[in-house]
Amino acid sequence: MGCSCGSCAEEPVVELNNVDFSYSSGELVIDNACLKIMPGVSGCIVGPNGGGKSTLLKLLLGILVPERGKVRIFGKSPSESRRRIGYMPQYHQLDAAFPVSALEVTLMGRVSNRVFFRHSKADRNYALEVLAELGIADLAERNFAGLSGGQRQRVLIARALAGEPELLLLDEPTANIDPGAEEQFYGILEQLRKRMTVITVSHDLGFVNRETDLIICVNRQVATHLPAEFTAETANEIYHHSMNLIKHDHSCFCHCEGEGK
Amino acid sequence: MIDINTMLFAPEWGFLRFAVLVGLLISPALGVIGTLVVTRRISSLAGASAHAALGGFGLALFLQRACGLAFVTASGGALAGALIAALTVGIVSITAKEREDTVIGAVWALGMSVGLLFLDHTPGYVDWQSYLFGNILLLSQHDLYLTLGLDLIVLVPVTVFFPQLLAMLFDNTFAGLRGIRGNLIYLAMLALTAVTIVLLINLVGIMLVIALLTLPAAAAGCCTVRLKSMMIMSAVFNALFVVAGLVVSSLFSLPSGPTIVVFAGVVYVALLGIRKLRKK
Repeated sequence: MGCSCGSCAEEPVVELNNVDFSYSSGELVIDNACLKIMPGVSGCIVGPNGGGKSTLLKLLLGILVPERGKVRIFGKSPSESRRRIGYMPQYHQLDAAFPVSALEVTLMGRVSNRVFFRHSKADRNYALEVLAELGIADLAERNFAGLSGGQRQRVLIARALAGEPELLLLDEPTANIDPGAEEQFYGILEQLRKRMTVITVSHDLGFVNRETDLIICVNRQVATHLPAEFTAETANEIYHHSMNLIKHDHSCFCHCEGEGK
Repeated sequence: MIDINTMLFAPEWGFLRFAVLVGLLISPALGVIGTLVVTRRISSLAGASAHAALGGFGLALFLQRACGLAFVTASGGALAGALIAALTVGIVSITAKEREDTVIGAVWALGMSVGLLFLDHTPGYVDWQSYLFGNILLLSQHDLYLTLGLDLIVLVPVTVFFPQLLAMLFDNTFAGLRGIRGNLIYLAMLALTAVTIVLLINLVGIMLVIALLTLPAAAAGCCTVRLKSMMIMSAVFNALFVVAGLVVSSLFSLPSGPTIVVFAGVVYVALLGIRKLRKK
Protein backbone atom coordinates (compact mmCIF):
# COMPACT_ATOMS: atom_id res chain seq x y z
CA MET A 1 0.00 0.00 0.00
CA GLY A 2 2.83 2.36 0.92
CA CYS A 3 2.62 6.02 1.71
CA SER A 4 0.55 8.11 -0.65
CA CYS A 5 1.63 11.57 0.37
CA GLY A 6 4.61 11.63 -2.02
CA SER A 7 6.59 14.01 0.13
CA CYS A 8 8.43 11.48 2.25
CA ALA A 9 12.03 12.25 1.45
CA GLU A 10 13.14 11.02 4.86
CA GLU A 11 13.61 7.35 5.55
CA PRO A 12 10.82 5.93 7.69
CA VAL A 13 11.79 4.57 11.10
CA VAL A 14 9.34 1.71 10.79
CA GLU A 15 7.86 0.34 7.61
CA LEU A 16 5.64 -2.68 7.17
CA ASN A 17 4.63 -3.73 3.68
CA ASN A 18 1.81 -6.26 3.28
CA VAL A 19 2.91 -8.29 6.28
CA ASP A 20 1.16 -11.57 7.05
CA PHE A 21 1.95 -13.57 10.12
CA SER A 22 0.52 -16.72 11.73
CA TYR A 23 1.68 -19.02 14.51
CA SER A 24 1.85 -22.76 13.90
CA SER A 25 -1.92 -23.05 14.46
CA GLY A 26 -2.40 -21.58 11.00
CA GLU A 27 -4.87 -18.71 11.29
CA LEU A 28 -3.45 -15.31 10.39
CA VAL A 29 -2.73 -13.19 13.46
CA ILE A 30 -1.53 -10.27 11.38
CA ASP A 31 -3.22 -9.93 8.01
CA ASN A 32 -1.78 -7.76 5.24
CA ALA A 33 -0.45 -5.11 7.59
CA CYS A 34 0.93 -1.88 6.22
CA LEU A 35 2.45 0.73 8.48
CA LYS A 36 4.82 3.60 8.11
CA ILE A 37 6.21 5.65 10.97
CA MET A 38 8.35 8.66 10.14
CA PRO A 39 11.11 10.09 12.34
CA GLY A 40 9.85 12.24 15.17
CA VAL A 41 6.48 10.54 15.26
CA SER A 42 5.57 8.48 18.29
CA GLY A 43 3.00 5.76 18.03
CA CYS A 44 0.76 3.85 20.34
CA ILE A 45 -0.38 0.32 19.53
CA VAL A 46 -3.89 -0.42 20.78
CA GLY A 47 -6.42 -3.16 20.23
CA PRO A 48 -8.30 -5.94 21.98
CA ASN A 49 -6.59 -8.84 23.74
CA GLY A 50 -5.52 -11.45 21.25
CA GLY A 51 -5.74 -8.86 18.49
CA GLY A 52 -2.03 -9.15 17.67
CA LYS A 53 -0.45 -6.24 19.58
CA SER A 54 2.38 -8.32 21.02
CA THR A 55 2.82 -10.15 17.75
CA LEU A 56 3.24 -6.82 15.96
CA LEU A 57 5.81 -5.74 18.54
CA LYS A 58 7.74 -8.99 18.09
CA LEU A 59 7.69 -8.51 14.33
CA LEU A 60 9.20 -5.05 14.80
CA LEU A 61 11.88 -6.53 17.06
CA GLY A 62 12.67 -9.30 14.61
CA ILE A 63 11.86 -11.97 17.22
CA LEU A 64 9.18 -13.15 14.81
CA VAL A 65 9.63 -13.27 11.04
CA PRO A 66 6.68 -12.49 8.75
CA GLU A 67 5.24 -15.17 6.52
CA ARG A 68 4.80 -12.69 3.73
CA GLY A 69 5.76 -9.07 3.27
CA LYS A 70 8.57 -7.05 4.71
CA VAL A 71 9.38 -5.38 8.00
CA ARG A 72 11.90 -2.57 7.72
CA ILE A 73 13.41 -0.67 10.64
CA PHE A 74 15.55 2.29 9.55
CA GLY A 75 15.40 0.83 6.04
CA LYS A 76 16.96 -2.48 7.06
CA SER A 77 15.77 -5.77 8.50
CA PRO A 78 15.00 -5.67 12.26
CA SER A 79 18.01 -7.86 13.08
CA GLU A 80 20.36 -5.58 11.13
CA SER A 81 18.95 -2.57 12.97
CA ARG A 82 18.69 -4.16 16.41
CA ARG A 83 21.47 -2.03 17.86
CA ARG A 84 19.33 1.03 17.19
CA ILE A 85 16.26 -0.46 18.88
CA GLY A 86 15.56 -0.29 22.62
CA TYR A 87 13.02 -2.72 24.02
CA MET A 88 11.23 -2.82 27.33
CA PRO A 89 9.19 -5.93 28.18
CA GLN A 90 6.63 -6.06 30.99
CA TYR A 91 8.40 -6.59 34.28
CA HIS A 92 6.28 -9.54 35.31
CA GLN A 93 7.48 -11.52 32.30
CA LEU A 94 10.86 -11.80 34.02
CA ASP A 95 11.90 -13.99 36.93
CA ALA A 96 11.21 -11.93 40.04
CA ALA A 97 13.69 -13.90 42.14
CA PHE A 98 16.74 -13.60 39.89
CA PRO A 99 19.84 -12.45 41.83
CA VAL A 100 20.84 -9.22 40.09
CA SER A 101 21.11 -5.51 40.98
CA ALA A 102 19.29 -2.67 39.23
CA LEU A 103 22.62 -1.38 37.89
CA GLU A 104 23.54 -4.83 36.55
CA VAL A 105 20.19 -4.99 34.74
CA THR A 106 20.76 -1.52 33.28
CA LEU A 107 24.24 -2.51 32.10
CA MET A 108 22.72 -5.41 30.15
CA GLY A 109 21.57 -2.74 27.70
CA ARG A 110 25.24 -2.18 26.82
CA VAL A 111 26.40 -5.79 26.73
CA SER A 112 27.98 -7.03 23.51
CA ASN A 113 28.70 -10.49 22.16
CA ARG A 114 32.46 -9.95 22.17
CA VAL A 115 34.68 -12.61 23.78
CA PHE A 116 36.09 -11.42 27.13
CA PHE A 117 33.67 -8.49 27.08
CA ARG A 118 33.57 -6.52 30.33
CA HIS A 119 31.62 -3.34 31.07
CA SER A 120 33.92 -0.33 31.02
CA LYS A 121 33.94 2.55 33.47
CA ALA A 122 32.22 4.60 30.75
CA ASP A 123 29.48 1.96 30.48
CA ARG A 124 28.87 2.13 34.22
CA ASN A 125 28.78 5.92 34.18
CA TYR A 126 26.36 5.95 31.29
CA ALA A 127 24.10 3.43 33.04
CA LEU A 128 24.18 5.51 36.22
CA GLU A 129 23.30 8.64 34.23
CA VAL A 130 20.31 6.89 32.69
CA LEU A 131 19.16 5.73 36.12
CA ALA A 132 19.54 9.29 37.42
CA GLU A 133 17.54 10.65 34.49
CA LEU A 134 14.72 8.27 35.37
CA GLY A 135 14.92 9.36 39.00
CA ILE A 136 16.10 6.03 40.36
CA ALA A 137 19.84 6.59 40.83
CA ASP A 138 19.47 5.62 44.49
CA LEU A 139 18.23 2.17 43.48
CA ALA A 140 21.37 1.27 41.49
CA GLU A 141 22.81 -1.16 44.00
CA ARG A 142 19.45 -2.48 45.14
CA ASN A 143 18.33 -5.98 44.36
CA PHE A 144 16.04 -6.01 41.31
CA ALA A 145 13.80 -8.59 42.98
CA GLY A 146 13.22 -6.28 45.97
CA LEU A 147 11.87 -3.35 43.93
CA SER A 148 8.24 -2.40 43.44
CA GLY A 149 6.54 -2.99 40.10
CA GLY A 150 6.87 0.63 39.02
CA GLN A 151 10.53 0.71 40.00
CA ARG A 152 11.27 -2.52 38.17
CA GLN A 153 9.53 -1.19 35.10
CA ARG A 154 11.70 1.92 35.24
CA VAL A 155 14.86 -0.16 35.57
CA LEU A 156 13.80 -2.01 32.42
CA ILE A 157 13.36 1.33 30.61
CA ALA A 158 16.84 2.25 31.84
CA ARG A 159 18.18 -0.99 30.36
CA ALA A 160 16.54 -0.16 27.02
CA LEU A 161 17.91 3.41 27.10
CA ALA A 162 21.40 2.29 28.11
CA GLY A 163 21.87 0.96 24.58
CA GLU A 164 21.35 4.51 23.23
CA PRO A 165 18.46 3.53 20.96
CA GLU A 166 16.88 5.66 18.26
CA LEU A 167 13.67 3.64 18.35
CA LEU A 168 12.17 2.66 21.71
CA LEU A 169 9.56 -0.10 21.93
CA LEU A 170 7.62 -0.29 25.19
CA ASP A 171 5.30 -3.18 26.00
CA GLU A 172 2.46 -2.02 28.26
CA PRO A 173 4.57 0.31 30.40
CA THR A 174 1.71 1.26 32.70
CA ALA A 175 0.22 -2.19 33.22
CA ASN A 176 0.37 -3.46 36.82
CA ILE A 177 1.89 -0.35 38.36
CA ASP A 178 0.32 2.03 40.84
CA PRO A 179 -1.23 5.36 39.73
CA GLY A 180 1.57 7.48 41.22
CA ALA A 181 4.20 5.58 39.29
CA GLU A 182 2.02 5.85 36.21
CA GLU A 183 2.03 9.66 36.43
CA GLN A 184 5.84 9.63 36.66
CA PHE A 185 5.92 7.43 33.63
CA TYR A 186 4.05 9.93 31.51
CA GLY A 187 6.60 12.56 32.46
CA ILE A 188 9.49 10.31 31.49
CA LEU A 189 7.92 9.40 28.17
CA GLU A 190 7.26 13.03 27.31
CA GLN A 191 10.99 13.68 27.66
CA LEU A 192 11.97 10.60 25.66
CA ARG A 193 9.67 11.45 22.78
CA LYS A 194 11.72 14.57 22.14
CA ARG A 195 14.85 12.51 21.52
CA MET A 196 13.68 9.36 19.79
CA THR A 197 10.79 7.52 18.21
CA VAL A 198 8.76 5.83 20.93
CA ILE A 199 6.26 3.11 20.14
CA THR A 200 4.15 1.92 23.04
CA VAL A 201 1.74 -0.98 23.36
CA SER A 202 -1.02 0.13 25.67
CA HIS A 203 -4.30 -0.86 27.18
CA ASP A 204 -4.60 2.50 28.84
CA LEU A 205 -6.69 4.75 26.64
CA GLY A 206 -5.95 7.88 28.65
CA PHE A 207 -2.33 7.22 27.85
CA VAL A 208 -3.19 6.90 24.20
CA ASN A 209 -4.60 10.37 23.91
CA ARG A 210 -1.95 12.14 25.95
CA GLU A 211 1.25 10.64 24.76
CA THR A 212 1.05 9.90 21.11
CA ASP A 213 1.08 11.33 17.59
CA LEU A 214 -0.27 8.23 15.92
CA ILE A 215 -2.64 5.52 17.07
CA ILE A 216 -1.96 2.11 15.59
CA CYS A 217 -5.03 -0.04 15.87
CA VAL A 218 -4.28 -3.76 15.67
CA ASN A 219 -6.94 -6.38 15.33
CA ARG A 220 -5.56 -8.80 12.77
CA GLN A 221 -5.50 -5.84 10.43
CA VAL A 222 -3.43 -2.80 11.19
CA ALA A 223 -4.80 0.71 10.75
CA THR A 224 -3.60 4.08 11.93
CA HIS A 225 -5.55 7.02 13.32
CA LEU A 226 -4.64 10.48 14.45
CA PRO A 227 -5.36 11.12 18.13
CA ALA A 228 -7.82 13.88 17.23
CA GLU A 229 -10.14 11.37 15.60
CA PHE A 230 -9.66 8.87 18.35
CA THR A 231 -12.43 9.90 20.71
CA ALA A 232 -13.96 8.04 23.61
CA GLU A 233 -16.60 6.66 21.26
CA THR A 234 -14.12 5.18 18.82
CA ALA A 235 -12.16 3.69 21.69
CA ASN A 236 -15.29 2.19 23.06
CA GLU A 237 -16.05 0.71 19.74
CA ILE A 238 -12.65 -0.89 19.39
CA TYR A 239 -12.86 -2.53 22.75
CA HIS A 240 -16.49 -3.40 23.16
CA HIS A 241 -18.34 -3.57 19.90
CA SER A 242 -17.83 -4.60 16.40
CA MET A 243 -16.23 -1.51 15.07
CA ASN A 244 -17.64 0.50 12.28
CA LEU A 245 -15.70 2.25 9.62
CA ILE A 246 -13.34 4.89 10.90
CA LYS A 247 -11.59 7.27 8.62
CA HIS A 248 -7.91 7.52 9.34
CA ASP A 249 -4.97 9.42 7.96
CA HIS A 250 -4.35 7.22 4.96
CA SER A 251 -6.81 7.16 2.18
CA CYS A 252 -8.33 3.88 3.18
CA PHE A 253 -10.64 2.54 5.83
CA CYS A 254 -10.02 0.22 8.64
CA HIS A 255 -12.36 -2.36 9.85
CA CYS A 256 -11.70 -3.68 13.33
CA GLU A 257 -13.68 -6.49 14.81
CA GLY A 258 -14.06 -5.90 18.55
CA GLU A 259 -14.06 -8.56 21.17
CA GLY A 260 -17.82 -8.58 20.95
CA LYS A 261 -18.44 -8.26 24.66
CA MET B 1 35.38 -43.98 67.64
CA ILE B 2 38.04 -43.28 65.05
CA ASP B 3 40.19 -40.23 65.73
CA ILE B 4 41.11 -37.59 63.17
CA ASN B 5 44.69 -38.84 62.95
CA THR B 6 43.62 -42.26 61.79
CA MET B 7 41.35 -40.73 59.17
CA LEU B 8 44.04 -38.48 57.85
CA PHE B 9 46.90 -40.92 57.73
CA ALA B 10 45.89 -44.57 58.10
CA PRO B 11 46.19 -46.45 54.79
CA GLU B 12 42.83 -48.19 55.23
CA TRP B 13 41.13 -44.76 55.13
CA GLY B 14 42.66 -43.91 51.77
CA PHE B 15 39.31 -44.29 49.99
CA LEU B 16 37.82 -41.60 52.23
CA ARG B 17 40.67 -39.17 51.67
CA PHE B 18 40.34 -39.78 47.96
CA ALA B 19 36.59 -39.20 48.02
CA VAL B 20 37.08 -35.97 49.98
CA LEU B 21 39.63 -34.84 47.41
CA VAL B 22 37.25 -35.54 44.52
CA GLY B 23 34.43 -33.84 46.43
CA LEU B 24 36.54 -30.74 47.00
CA LEU B 25 37.67 -30.64 43.39
CA ILE B 26 34.17 -30.95 41.99
CA SER B 27 32.86 -28.13 44.20
CA PRO B 28 33.83 -25.16 41.97
CA ALA B 29 32.16 -26.63 38.88
CA LEU B 30 29.21 -27.81 40.95
CA GLY B 31 28.81 -24.36 42.53
CA VAL B 32 28.57 -22.72 39.11
CA ILE B 33 26.34 -25.36 37.50
CA GLY B 34 24.12 -25.59 40.60
CA THR B 35 23.62 -21.82 40.56
CA LEU B 36 22.69 -21.95 36.88
CA VAL B 37 20.25 -24.82 37.49
CA VAL B 38 18.59 -22.99 40.40
CA THR B 39 18.38 -19.51 38.87
CA ARG B 40 17.25 -20.82 35.49
CA ARG B 41 14.78 -23.17 37.28
CA ILE B 42 15.77 -26.33 35.45
CA SER B 43 16.17 -28.75 38.37
CA SER B 44 13.57 -31.11 36.90
CA LEU B 45 15.45 -31.07 33.61
CA ALA B 46 18.58 -32.02 35.56
CA GLY B 47 16.61 -34.82 37.24
CA ALA B 48 15.49 -36.18 33.88
CA SER B 49 19.07 -36.04 32.65
CA ALA B 50 20.31 -37.94 35.72
CA HIS B 51 17.74 -40.71 35.25
CA ALA B 52 18.46 -40.91 31.55
CA ALA B 53 22.07 -41.53 32.57
CA LEU B 54 20.86 -44.82 34.07
CA GLY B 55 19.32 -45.67 30.70
CA GLY B 56 22.63 -45.04 28.97
CA PHE B 57 24.47 -46.96 31.65
CA GLY B 58 22.19 -50.00 31.31
CA LEU B 59 22.35 -50.01 27.52
CA ALA B 60 26.13 -49.65 27.52
CA LEU B 61 26.63 -52.46 30.02
CA PHE B 62 24.26 -54.69 28.04
CA LEU B 63 26.10 -54.00 24.78
CA GLN B 64 29.40 -54.63 26.49
CA ARG B 65 28.54 -57.91 28.13
CA ALA B 66 25.75 -59.44 26.04
CA CYS B 67 26.96 -58.29 22.63
CA GLY B 68 30.67 -58.31 23.32
CA LEU B 69 31.27 -54.71 22.37
CA ALA B 70 34.29 -54.13 24.58
CA PHE B 71 34.77 -50.51 23.55
CA VAL B 72 31.41 -49.49 25.07
CA THR B 73 31.99 -48.35 28.65
CA ALA B 74 29.36 -47.94 31.32
CA SER B 75 30.33 -44.36 32.16
CA GLY B 76 30.45 -43.47 28.46
CA GLY B 77 26.91 -44.79 28.16
CA ALA B 78 25.78 -42.81 31.19
CA LEU B 79 27.29 -39.63 29.74
CA ALA B 80 25.62 -40.21 26.37
CA GLY B 81 22.26 -40.83 28.06
CA ALA B 82 22.52 -37.72 30.24
CA LEU B 83 23.62 -35.53 27.32
CA ILE B 84 20.94 -36.74 24.93
CA ALA B 85 18.24 -36.22 27.57
CA ALA B 86 19.39 -32.73 28.58
CA LEU B 87 19.74 -31.52 25.00
CA THR B 88 16.44 -33.07 23.89
CA VAL B 89 14.53 -31.34 26.67
CA GLY B 90 16.47 -28.12 26.02
CA ILE B 91 15.61 -28.09 22.34
CA VAL B 92 11.96 -28.82 23.15
CA SER B 93 11.88 -25.92 25.60
CA ILE B 94 13.37 -23.57 23.02
CA THR B 95 11.06 -24.56 20.19
CA ALA B 96 7.78 -25.41 21.98
CA LYS B 97 7.69 -24.06 25.49
CA GLU B 98 4.28 -25.32 26.58
CA ARG B 99 5.01 -29.07 26.61
CA GLU B 100 8.31 -28.94 28.45
CA ASP B 101 7.17 -30.56 31.71
CA THR B 102 5.57 -33.47 29.86
CA VAL B 103 8.75 -34.13 27.92
CA ILE B 104 10.79 -33.93 31.13
CA GLY B 105 8.50 -36.48 32.82
CA ALA B 106 8.70 -38.81 29.83
CA VAL B 107 12.49 -38.63 29.54
CA TRP B 108 12.85 -39.11 33.30
CA ALA B 109 10.71 -42.26 33.45
CA LEU B 110 11.87 -43.68 30.12
CA GLY B 111 15.53 -43.26 30.99
CA MET B 112 15.07 -45.09 34.27
CA SER B 113 12.94 -47.89 32.74
CA VAL B 114 15.23 -48.50 29.78
CA GLY B 115 18.17 -48.67 32.17
CA LEU B 116 16.53 -51.17 34.50
CA LEU B 117 15.31 -53.35 31.59
CA PHE B 118 18.75 -53.58 30.05
CA LEU B 119 20.41 -54.21 33.41
CA ASP B 120 17.95 -57.02 34.03
CA HIS B 121 19.10 -58.73 30.83
CA THR B 122 22.79 -58.03 31.27
CA PRO B 123 24.70 -61.20 32.08
CA GLY B 124 26.83 -61.28 35.21
CA TYR B 125 26.61 -59.30 38.42
CA VAL B 126 25.52 -55.69 38.12
CA ASP B 127 25.92 -53.43 41.11
CA TRP B 128 23.14 -51.08 40.06
CA GLN B 129 22.58 -49.90 43.62
CA SER B 130 25.91 -48.13 43.45
CA TYR B 131 24.58 -46.14 40.54
CA LEU B 132 21.34 -45.25 42.27
CA PHE B 133 22.78 -44.32 45.64
CA GLY B 134 26.46 -43.67 44.96
CA ASN B 135 29.53 -45.58 46.04
CA ILE B 136 32.65 -43.68 46.90
CA LEU B 137 34.65 -46.91 46.79
CA LEU B 138 34.16 -46.84 43.02
CA LEU B 139 35.94 -43.48 42.65
CA SER B 140 39.13 -43.87 40.66
CA GLN B 141 42.10 -41.85 39.50
CA HIS B 142 40.17 -41.53 36.27
CA ASP B 143 37.37 -39.66 38.11
CA LEU B 144 39.92 -37.28 39.56
CA TYR B 145 41.20 -36.25 36.14
CA LEU B 146 37.67 -35.99 34.77
CA THR B 147 36.73 -33.73 37.68
CA LEU B 148 39.68 -31.45 36.99
CA GLY B 149 38.66 -31.38 33.34
CA LEU B 150 35.09 -30.50 34.36
CA ASP B 151 36.31 -27.56 36.44
CA LEU B 152 38.20 -26.31 33.42
CA ILE B 153 35.36 -26.59 30.91
CA VAL B 154 32.90 -24.99 33.33
CA LEU B 155 34.96 -22.18 34.86
CA VAL B 156 36.72 -20.95 31.72
CA PRO B 157 33.62 -20.23 29.58
CA VAL B 158 31.67 -18.87 32.55
CA THR B 159 34.49 -16.42 33.32
CA VAL B 160 34.99 -15.42 29.71
CA PHE B 161 31.29 -14.90 28.96
CA PHE B 162 29.98 -13.84 32.36
CA PRO B 163 28.20 -10.58 31.32
CA GLN B 164 26.54 -12.36 28.40
CA LEU B 165 25.57 -15.29 30.60
CA LEU B 166 24.02 -12.95 33.16
CA ALA B 167 22.04 -11.10 30.47
CA MET B 168 20.85 -14.35 28.91
CA LEU B 169 19.78 -15.91 32.23
CA PHE B 170 17.86 -12.78 33.23
CA ASP B 171 16.14 -12.13 29.91
CA ASN B 172 16.96 -14.25 26.89
CA THR B 173 14.81 -12.19 24.52
CA PHE B 174 16.57 -8.95 25.38
CA ALA B 175 19.99 -10.60 25.27
CA GLY B 176 19.13 -11.77 21.75
CA LEU B 177 18.51 -8.17 20.71
CA ARG B 178 22.04 -7.36 21.91
CA GLY B 179 23.38 -10.02 19.54
CA ILE B 180 23.89 -12.69 22.19
CA ARG B 181 23.11 -16.21 21.04
CA GLY B 182 21.22 -17.13 24.17
CA ASN B 183 19.91 -20.47 22.94
CA LEU B 184 23.42 -21.62 22.11
CA ILE B 185 24.66 -20.61 25.57
CA TYR B 186 21.63 -22.36 27.09
CA LEU B 187 22.37 -25.63 25.27
CA ALA B 188 26.05 -25.44 26.20
CA MET B 189 24.97 -24.92 29.79
CA LEU B 190 22.74 -28.01 29.60
CA ALA B 191 25.57 -30.09 28.16
CA LEU B 192 27.84 -29.04 31.03
CA THR B 193 25.05 -29.86 33.48
CA ALA B 194 24.82 -33.36 32.01
CA VAL B 195 28.58 -33.90 32.35
CA THR B 196 28.46 -32.68 35.95
CA ILE B 197 25.60 -35.06 36.72
CA VAL B 198 27.50 -38.07 35.40
CA LEU B 199 30.57 -37.18 37.46
CA LEU B 200 28.41 -36.81 40.57
CA ILE B 201 26.88 -40.26 40.20
CA ASN B 202 29.70 -42.13 41.96
CA LEU B 203 29.67 -39.60 44.77
CA VAL B 204 25.96 -39.44 45.61
CA GLY B 205 24.12 -41.62 43.08
CA ILE B 206 21.47 -40.86 40.47
CA MET B 207 18.64 -40.47 42.96
CA LEU B 208 20.41 -37.74 44.88
CA VAL B 209 22.18 -35.86 42.11
CA ILE B 210 19.46 -33.20 41.87
CA ALA B 211 19.74 -32.58 45.61
CA LEU B 212 23.45 -31.83 45.35
CA LEU B 213 22.87 -29.72 42.25
CA THR B 214 20.23 -27.56 43.87
CA LEU B 215 20.55 -27.49 47.67
CA PRO B 216 23.97 -25.79 47.99
CA ALA B 217 23.00 -23.17 45.37
CA ALA B 218 19.65 -22.63 47.07
CA ALA B 219 21.42 -22.23 50.41
CA ALA B 220 23.78 -19.71 48.80
CA GLY B 221 20.74 -17.93 47.39
CA CYS B 222 19.56 -17.35 50.96
CA CYS B 223 22.77 -15.46 51.75
CA THR B 224 23.39 -13.37 48.65
CA VAL B 225 21.51 -11.55 45.90
CA ARG B 226 24.21 -11.50 43.20
CA LEU B 227 24.84 -14.26 40.70
CA LYS B 228 28.62 -14.27 41.01
CA SER B 229 28.70 -14.44 44.80
CA MET B 230 25.98 -17.08 44.66
CA MET B 231 28.27 -19.24 42.50
CA ILE B 232 31.22 -18.80 44.84
CA MET B 233 29.22 -19.33 47.99
CA SER B 234 27.51 -22.34 46.49
CA ALA B 235 30.94 -23.86 45.76
CA VAL B 236 31.97 -23.29 49.39
CA PHE B 237 28.75 -24.88 50.66
CA ASN B 238 29.33 -27.83 48.34
CA ALA B 239 32.78 -28.41 49.72
CA LEU B 240 31.48 -28.19 53.29
CA PHE B 241 28.56 -30.55 52.71
CA VAL B 242 30.63 -33.12 50.85
CA VAL B 243 33.44 -33.19 53.41
CA ALA B 244 31.09 -33.23 56.39
CA GLY B 245 28.88 -35.86 54.78
CA LEU B 246 31.77 -38.13 53.80
CA VAL B 247 33.46 -37.95 57.19
CA VAL B 248 30.28 -38.51 59.19
CA SER B 249 29.09 -41.33 56.94
CA SER B 250 32.43 -43.12 57.25
CA LEU B 251 32.52 -42.69 61.03
CA PHE B 252 29.08 -44.19 61.54
CA SER B 253 29.15 -46.49 58.49
CA LEU B 254 26.24 -44.72 56.81
CA PRO B 255 25.72 -44.48 53.05
CA SER B 256 27.64 -41.39 51.93
CA GLY B 257 25.21 -39.92 49.38
CA PRO B 258 22.22 -39.60 51.72
CA THR B 259 24.44 -38.25 54.51
CA ILE B 260 25.80 -35.49 52.27
CA VAL B 261 22.31 -34.60 51.09
CA VAL B 262 20.89 -34.52 54.63
CA PHE B 263 23.63 -32.07 55.61
CA ALA B 264 22.81 -29.88 52.62
CA GLY B 265 19.08 -30.06 53.28
CA VAL B 266 19.38 -29.18 56.98
CA VAL B 267 21.59 -26.16 56.26
CA TYR B 268 19.28 -24.97 53.48
CA VAL B 269 16.16 -25.23 55.63
CA ALA B 270 17.94 -23.52 58.53
CA LEU B 271 19.07 -20.62 56.31
CA LEU B 272 15.59 -20.33 54.89
CA GLY B 273 14.21 -20.12 58.43
CA ILE B 274 16.73 -17.49 59.47
CA ARG B 275 15.88 -15.38 56.43
CA LYS B 276 12.15 -15.62 57.16
CA LEU B 277 12.71 -14.61 60.79
CA ARG B 278 14.89 -11.66 59.79
CA LYS B 279 12.24 -10.34 57.44
CA LYS B 280 9.67 -10.22 60.24
